[in-house]
Amino acid sequence: MKEARFQVYRGDAKAGKLQEYTVAVEEGMVVLDAIHRIQAKDAPDLAVRWNCKAAKCGSCSAEVNGKPKLMCKTRLDDLPLEEPVVVKPMKTFPVVKDLVCDVSWNFEVNKRIPKFTPRKDREWRWMQEDIDRVQEYRKCIECFLCQNVCHVLREHGEKPGFAGPRFLVRVAGLETHPMDAGNRTKLLKDEMGIGYCNITKCCTEVCPEDIHITDNAIIPLKERVVDEHYDPVMKVIRLFTGGSNKKEG
Amino acid sequence: MSARETHDYDVLVIGAGGAGLRAAIEASAAGAKVGVICKSLLGKAHTVMAEGGVAAALAHVDPKDSWKVHFRDTMLGGKLLNHWRMAQLHAQEAPERVRELERWGAVFDRTKDGRILQRNFGGHSAPRLAHVGDRTGLEMIRTLQDEGVHQGFDVFMECTVTKLLKDGDRVTGCFAYRRENGRFLLFRAKAIVLATGGIGKAYKVTSNSWEYTGDGHALAYEAGAELIDMEFVQFHPTGMVWPPGVMGILVTEAVRGEGGILRNSKGERFMEKYDPKRMELSTRDMVARAIYTEVKEGRGSPHGGAFLDISHKPADYVKKKLPSMYHQFKDLADVDITTTPMEVGPTTHYIMGGVRVEPDTGASTVPGLFAAGECAGGMHGANRLGGNSLSDLLVFGRRAGLGAAEYAKKTGPNPPLDDRQVQAAEREMLEPFERSGSSPYDVHQRLQECMHSLVGIFRVEEDMTAAIAEIGRLKEDAARVRVTGSREFNPGWHLAHDLRSMLVCSEAVARSALTRKESRGGHARLDHPNLDPEQGRRNTVVRRDGESMHVSQSPLPEMPAELRAIVDAELEAVKV
Repeated sequence: MKEARFQVYRGDAKAGKLQEYTVAVEEGMVVLDAIHRIQAKDAPDLAVRWNCKAAKCGSCSAEVNGKPKLMCKTRLDDLPLEEPVVVKPMKTFPVVKDLVCDVSWNFEVNKRIPKFTPRKDREWRWMQEDIDRVQEYRKCIECFLCQNVCHVLREHGEKPGFAGPRFLVRVAGLETHPMDAGNRTKLLKDEMGIGYCNITKCCTEVCPEDIHITDNAIIPLKERVVDEHYDPVMKVIRLFTGGSNKKEG
Repeated sequence: MSARETHDYDVLVIGAGGAGLRAAIEASAAGAKVGVICKSLLGKAHTVMAEGGVAAALAHVDPKDSWKVHFRDTMLGGKLLNHWRMAQLHAQEAPERVRELERWGAVFDRTKDGRILQRNFGGHSAPRLAHVGDRTGLEMIRTLQDEGVHQGFDVFMECTVTKLLKDGDRVTGCFAYRRENGRFLLFRAKAIVLATGGIGKAYKVTSNSWEYTGDGHALAYEAGAELIDMEFVQFHPTGMVWPPGVMGILVTEAVRGEGGILRNSKGERFMEKYDPKRMELSTRDMVARAIYTEVKEGRGSPHGGAFLDISHKPADYVKKKLPSMYHQFKDLADVDITTTPMEVGPTTHYIMGGVRVEPDTGASTVPGLFAAGECAGGMHGANRLGGNSLSDLLVFGRRAGLGAAEYAKKTGPNPPLDDRQVQAAEREMLEPFERSGSSPYDVHQRLQECMHSLVGIFRVEEDMTAAIAEIGRLKEDAARVRVTGSREFNPGWHLAHDLRSMLVCSEAVARSALTRKESRGGHARLDHPNLDPEQGRRNTVVRRDGESMHVSQSPLPEMPAELRAIVDAELEAVKV
């Protein structure tokens, strides 16, 4: 049977090193299968998060050969197995142990986003085409790979002034919902730091759900923030219409 | 005893899938101080894997659908072993629970006139499943999570509860540890809601994640609660069979709901032989046994399954309605389902049996202990219809949350936790580090082999007797497993505990299956192949008797005449 070498980060936030393991390889195997084999055979205390094994829960995020990936979706036959496969935890978040990071900051950010606020003046009916885009945002499985590669977070660590692509996508899902009456543009500008994003599209590239994070979520939100907070024409219009212009039609 | 981190709640919910979150939202809304404990990160529970939809008689696609038709379908699907009151509440309340999700921000697919769209599923006699493509569970859990975040309950992520603590008969709290650093935690609570899901990890081929180790079943059993109908394990007919790493991963029933066709290696549409009327949309127990039989008799696909084909539908339609199936097969098996049939076979998916509860409140037979969702029994009888679990966890998650909050209001302050119980729980967790037995991974693998080959889709007495003997040996081995490394995020240590839960559940499944000498729904016996009307009037009951497991049968609750009439009537008479 074919074998492959794996170099897996073992350690915690203070210290650690790459430890090499040899794994028997079967057809169709993914990196997470290899990690499980290492656990069962050589390293029962090797820490890794996973749940669904089918790219639906977003638990097994890691950096495989330097690339941010879901381990359950990364097939060994797509990797050059003559070299050792290097598996490290996500870089942006503090390591707890081995491949497990402390991602709790993300859950704190989420708490600050005001929830869905239904309008009262309209029937609960809308067309499928009105929500195709909303459903795209809501495909997010919270793997936090976009947070991991976003250079604002990756180079400067978690910061109170920037929420990261995941939560801009979440706000986009609320703001474009046909029944939502909330307005989160001030939050986007002042607390979520949407201005920090300079559209390098790293987040879009790594999204396992193929959400067009930059083009479909962040850029429209940026435009909305500009329209509402910097555009003098819109300011005058709002003065006369007496409200938000966030919903069209 | 050293000072330990201790938390006090009115209502403590164990599990943060759909049922747990719905219970926590309701208990908070009723004014209780609520804590939620979950083994994974928030939003990763198994509900996220649910694909096809949530069953509710909204009657958006078929105006003749109603709670009565849904009730009848559920009872017939469960081979009349369901608790009638649960099936009634479920059918009556599911539509409102779905609309409520929409008001909390869920975005379901739409009908042409702009309402929630519903699709067909096996055993439902109307298109009834509200859905979001094939990622309905993700939509539900995210909606509950985002609504729950603003309710103000505390969430303890990545913690495992190992023991319920009692004062006399009554549950007063629990012992837990943080997976991240292995530190112990104590919870005092007036009421506890178990919402821990199923037991699939006791089987080799399963659609379930590592979390599904039957913790709630085992905690309840050890605390003296009754479990019912544990012999009824659902093997979902369509799991992936290839490649090996993904064996068992779910292929949603929505593929068949959207028109998918099953064929054997000879190209025959074999469901004609097993259920010519309903074909691929027969109930899950029937379809799973049909595929199993085709493979056993030499008509299987190259990797030991059946072919499931949706390629006759337009490619764009398949990608729109089954996007995650399209990607799952493309990414993991190199199969383009818009042009090529999938290979599928049965996979352990769900347990119908569970903690015996009061239908209206979710109260178990132990004061202060409640259960909802998959870990509760009674709702689905001998076989669950697809889509009925998502509605189950909304309806009964809410009811258990309310039941627990009301119980908590009537209960005085918590008595102090019993030191001896706490110390015993602590000792149990620390012992594996001092032992020299085998690895927990080895014991787990042997258990999975045992359940898979001896208490699987088709059962016979001698296999189950052998399984019970093997489970006995595995219990001894599990009590001796050795754990290496530290208490910091140590999966071997976590498994050493989870094994104990899986062994309790496996024994309950095997003993209950041995007791029921008939074939009904998810329980098929080669040595008793027919329905037995006499046994169809009884639940199987498991409870702890000292150190041994006691199995008995108790009569089903009597169904009121007006509901009996709905079940007995022709479909056309109910569907008006």
